[in-house]
Amino acid sequence: MTSAPAIAIDVKGLTKSFEGREVVHDLSMQVRRGTIYGFLGPNGSGKTTTIRMLCGLLTPDSGEGTCLGYDIRRDADLIKRRVGYMTQRFSLYQDLSVRENLEFVARLYGVPDARAAARDMIRRLGLSGREQQLAGELSGGWKQRLALGACTLPNPQLLLLDEPTAGVDPKARRDFWNEIHALAADGLTVLVSTHYMDEAERCHEIAYIAYGHLLTHGTVEEVIAKSALTTYTVTGDDLHELSDALAGKPGIDMVAPFGTSLHVSGRDKEALETTVAPWREKSGLHWQHSAPSLEDVFIELMNRSRDNFQ
Amino acid sequence: MSIMAVPAERGEIRESSFGFWRRSYAMVVKEFIQLRRDRVSFAMIVMIPVMQLLLFGFAINTTPRQMPSAVLLQEDTDLGRSILKALENTSYFRFDYEVHSVREFDDLLLSGKVLFGVEIPRGFERAVRRGDHPALLVAADATDPVAASSALSSLGIIAQTALAHDLNVGDPAALPFEVRAHARYNPAASSRLNIVPGLVGTILTMTMLIFTALSVTRETERGTMESLLSMPIRPVEVMFGKIVPYVLVGFIQAAIIVSIGVLLFGVPVYGSLMLLALLTTLFITTNLAIGYTFSTLAQNQLQAMQLSIMFFLPSILLSGFMFPFAGMPVWAQYVGECLPLTHYLRIVRAIMLKGSSLQNLEYDAIALVALMLFAMTIAVTRFRRTLD
Repeated sequence: MTSAPAIAIDVKGLTKSFEGREVVHDLSMQVRRGTIYGFLGPNGSGKTTTIRMLCGLLTPDSGEGTCLGYDIRRDADLIKRRVGYMTQRFSLYQDLSVRENLEFVARLYGVPDARAAARDMIRRLGLSGREQQLAGELSGGWKQRLALGACTLPNPQLLLLDEPTAGVDPKARRDFWNEIHALAADGLTVLVSTHYMDEAERCHEIAYIAYGHLLTHGTVEEVIAKSALTTYTVTGDDLHELSDALAGKPGIDMVAPFGTSLHVSGRDKEALETTVAPWREKSGLHWQHSAPSLEDVFIELMNRSRDNFQ
Repeated sequence: MSIMAVPAERGEIRESSFGFWRRSYAMVVKEFIQLRRDRVSFAMIVMIPVMQLLLFGFAINTTPRQMPSAVLLQEDTDLGRSILKALENTSYFRFDYEVHSVREFDDLLLSGKVLFGVEIPRGFERAVRRGDHPALLVAADATDPVAASSALSSLGIIAQTALAHDLNVGDPAALPFEVRAHARYNPAASSRLNIVPGLVGTILTMTMLIFTALSVTRETERGTMESLLSMPIRPVEVMFGKIVPYVLVGFIQAAIIVSIGVLLFGVPVYGSLMLLALLTTLFITTNLAIGYTFSTLAQNQLQAMQLSIMFFLPSILLSGFMFPFAGMPVWAQYVGECLPLTHYLRIVRAIMLKGSSLQNLEYDAIALVALMLFAMTIAVTRFRRTLD
């Protein structure tokens, strides 16, 4: 075993541009070993680019840092050997069978007995009986399971999962997360990007990134607390009208319908209270003070970042 | 249930000293399986050489045989018959018609029923015996000059030998001139003997280039490159893995072409088969390396195809396959020297038709090695290890 540093990922000031467009701006983050770190943000926010810089697939324009104690610029080869990267798009060989794909990975990483390792993994993945099936013919859920199997096969110390559950049904999603938690319990560090709030809430720590800027990070509770949002949940009639009336008013940072209710949030508590005061008296509307949900926080962050960076 | 192995194993995977071979081997196995799965490509490995060889070998023949001919006999003499017999014996001519009037003779040529007409004029034999140098008239349909010229060029010699040999017409030694043509290695000037060995090189150039030219771009287009790059494999290992399976494929193709050439077209192999196999493998590897280089330069499969074709065309035109190398302008010869096919054509023709040894072919073999190393160096340095 290596003398494992307590921090698996430690990067400062990562910046990356493509053709003059800055995709990741001055990003710094720390991920402790053995934690599941959720990476959230809208599409095109730079999540994939960041993950690629961490595993040596992209060279940062500026910034520095270490991954598993190795320099992300100089030691890409050493990092690659210890990191499992699951790409957003299924990137195993579609024209190779389940077994052949796993054996290929095992051989590349120098797993002592590639055949045995592949056989073992097939059994553990619950793919027995399908080992001869071509990877391209598997269903979405099985593909994702196989991909996870392939990147855990060489016993990595860090898993980088780029939107692993996109397009997978809820049951498979739940199984997948149970798997991730079991892996983390074994001491593996997992960095996972996702769009799903329920998945974010299953992470030990999360970071929110939009337009290449890391806006907030910490545990779910910390992120909610840091947001300092005041939120009302409104139920009743004519919520649509209320929503139109409040949007853009002073103190109102976000108005969003949630099923039969409306969430009204703002960072400036006093301004918010002043603005909503006349409506609180209105009959047929029920106002309740509530803690903001993670989703409230993220939508608010997204709105704010859009104003700032676009 | 966890899909991880025993947790205690996590951590270091020791890098053994066989890392290079192990990873290259992993790549080779993968490529072989993919090749096997790709039925169409697999069928092409056999079909391309067979089709090309049959097409080129049978259809393209710059020295045609058995050309339909007519004879206009103005007199029926032994000498005339003897000349005709000699002409037929060259197998260039096949006398389908024997006519007795100039009009019939002209009609046959005009209608295209015959390509050649030979006229033996009245009093021909007597004039010959008198030493009057009478004219033996030959009319050729020169709309296809290639077909006509080789047959025409042999005519004079044939007629002379017939005159001198078969009949006691005058004194053979007293003939005003003697033409002695000596076409070495290919006495009948059969273009097959030239074309079949050339085809070994041409077909291999085409198939080998395309096989590897698509290999890297295919990974990029299918999205598997991202995964491959995130794994601990080095550019040289990727290249080896992608080239090695096709060396075997190329070898099989070469064996098919040479076998057909020998069995069907009667092309001899005077030199060492071992030497031929060795240098052919070298040539195959050189082409694979060049194709692979294109693959690292191109951004998609279409570009890779176009690059291959751009390389293939001059290979055919400037290597000495289509036109005699010595007849090309000097600048074209310089270009030709940079093409592996040029060197391989010299090698394969020399081994098959002349029985040359490695000492004779040193220069061309070294040139092939140099071109191969040059291409590989570019490929390895150009291979993008990141997605930047």
